[in-house]
This record gives sequence, C-alpha cells and structure tokens, in this order.
Amino acid sequence: MAEYKRPKSLMPMATGYCPGCLHALATRLVADVIDELGQAENAINVVSVGCSALNLYSWCGDVIGSAHGRAPAVATGVKRCLPERLVFTYQGDGDLAAIGLAEIMSAANRGENFTVVFANNQTYGMTGGQMAPTTLLGQKTTTSRDGRDCLTTGYPMKMCELISVLEAPVFVARYALNTPKGVMDAKKGIKKAFEKQLRGEGFTFIELLTNCPTNWGMNPLDTLEYMNTNTIPYFTPGVFKDKEAEK
Amino acid sequence: MVTINSMMCKGCGYCIRFCPKHILEMSKERSEKGHFYPVNIDEKACTTCAICALMCPEGAIEVTSKED
Repeated sequence: MAEYKRPKSLMPMATGYCPGCLHALATRLVADVIDELGQAENAINVVSVGCSALNLYSWCGDVIGSAHGRAPAVATGVKRCLPERLVFTYQGDGDLAAIGLAEIMSAANRGENFTVVFANNQTYGMTGGQMAPTTLLGQKTTTSRDGRDCLTTGYPMKMCELISVLEAPVFVARYALNTPKGVMDAKKGIKKAFEKQLRGEGFTFIELLTNCPTNWGMNPLDTLEYMNTNTIPYFTPGVFKDKEAEK
Repeated sequence: MVTINSMMCKGCGYCIRFCPKHILEMSKERSEKGHFYPVNIDEKACTTCAICALMCPEGAIEVTSKED
C-alpha cells in the first residue's frame, strides 16, 4: 500500500501543459522530490524559454525566468551568491541543446554546483513543433516535413553522452518517463542529484525523455508506445557518469 | 482510497492505462473544464498501489491507504 499527496511546491491548480504532456509529470516529480527533501522554502527554480517556462505559473517556490537557453548562466550566478540554496534549472531540448549549448557545456565544464533537469521531447513544443537538435531521424516536424534527414541536418544530439565525457560533472543520467518503472527511477535519480548538490559535490545533470502529443500529432497513449519503439532505442536510459561509484 | 480531482484532470488516460487492477474507467460526462476524467468503478478491488497517482502528469490523483 502506498500513499500519495499532491506536492506543496506546486500551485493547487492545473498546469498550463497540454493533456498527456510528460513535461507536467517531470515538473511534478521535481516538486515531489523537493517536498521529500524538505527543501520547498530553500529551492530556486531557474527556467528559460519554451514549454519549461510554464513552470513560472505552476511553481509555488522561488522561480527565475531567464533568457532563451541562458538558465545555466543565471543559475551559476545565483548559486555563487547563495551557496546554501538548492538551485536547479528546468529546461527543454530546444532551449538546452540548441540555443543554450554554449551555456550548458561551459557550466558543466566548470563543475558549477547546481542541478540541470533537462526534459527532452525531441521538438520545439511551444513555438509549433519545429525540428530540434534532438529530433529523431525520420521524425516529421513542421520544419522537416519528409522526416529528419541526416545529410542536411545531422544526427540527434545525445546530451548525456556529451556531458559525461567532461571531467567536472559528478552525476549524469537519463530516464524515460513513459512507464511507471521509468518514473520511479527518474524520481530516485533526481533525488540523488539534489542530495549531491546539497553536499556540495558538483554539477549534476538529469535528462528526462518526454513526449509532445500536440506536435507529434498523436493521442497521449500512442506517444508512450512511440517512445518505446523509437525514442528509447536511440536515447538509451541509464547512468552515464557517477563519480561516487567510480571510486 | 483514490481521490480524483476532476478540475485538474485533462483526460490523458495514463492512470487507466497503467492501473494494474483495471478498475479505472473514463467518465461518460465531461468535467466543468470540458474533459473526460477517470472514475474508480470498483473501490473494493483497489490495492492503493498509487501507480495512477505516480503516472498522473497533473498531480490530480491523491491516494490514501484504506482504513481497516
């Protein structure tokens, strides 16, 4: 038997996300973990532009909205000024893997002591479903109508793999949110990352594979199947770097 | 006991898909917000595993353990 209560870190109202959007689930998981750690008053959520910015309306604690892709730069400043606070950025894939690539790689390379929660739905959700760097090969979007072609647009970018080769990050992991097991693992991963940050160990990066029913043009339940057959084989979930385990 | 807040539910159906006892069903009527929402059709069979609450993107489901 289990009990579940809606986290206090979320406003008592429906989020702005579309029906079935796993972004909302990712936000709720972060809120769950923050409540469990008793950090509701201490946490600072840094969001930038995209669907992730809808956190501005549904988050009860401190939130900072930053320029597109610049959340890791803002979080660096916040964490250096307020080292006691739990600082995390919540970003989407268009935001983190495209326009904010310089900021995320630099922050990871410096080993800044904050957490990045990266929701990867393989498309630009808020602006109308354009192709993102993480869009899968053959996936149709409004700017790749015949499916993404590697000859003109390259291959989907694997952010976890990229960041895990850097020296400074202490915990890099990817989880898929389309099954209860994946959600439970993701919750443990987020908790581990936040605990590492609170102990001052260094940069932690959590990638959460999500969906976009609206822009993929599917009903929510079909997107979960699509993730099983297409997304997960390419973006393999797992822990890519854990400095504690390496010792 | 499973409590579903129909004002927060957007009718994605994840709770119905993942309920191991298959006791959640989509409502016949729409909520005030215009969405269909899940209803528990067999309270006694519920084991309060809270998988419905775990998978709910909106946090619209709250689970309390049975009193007995």
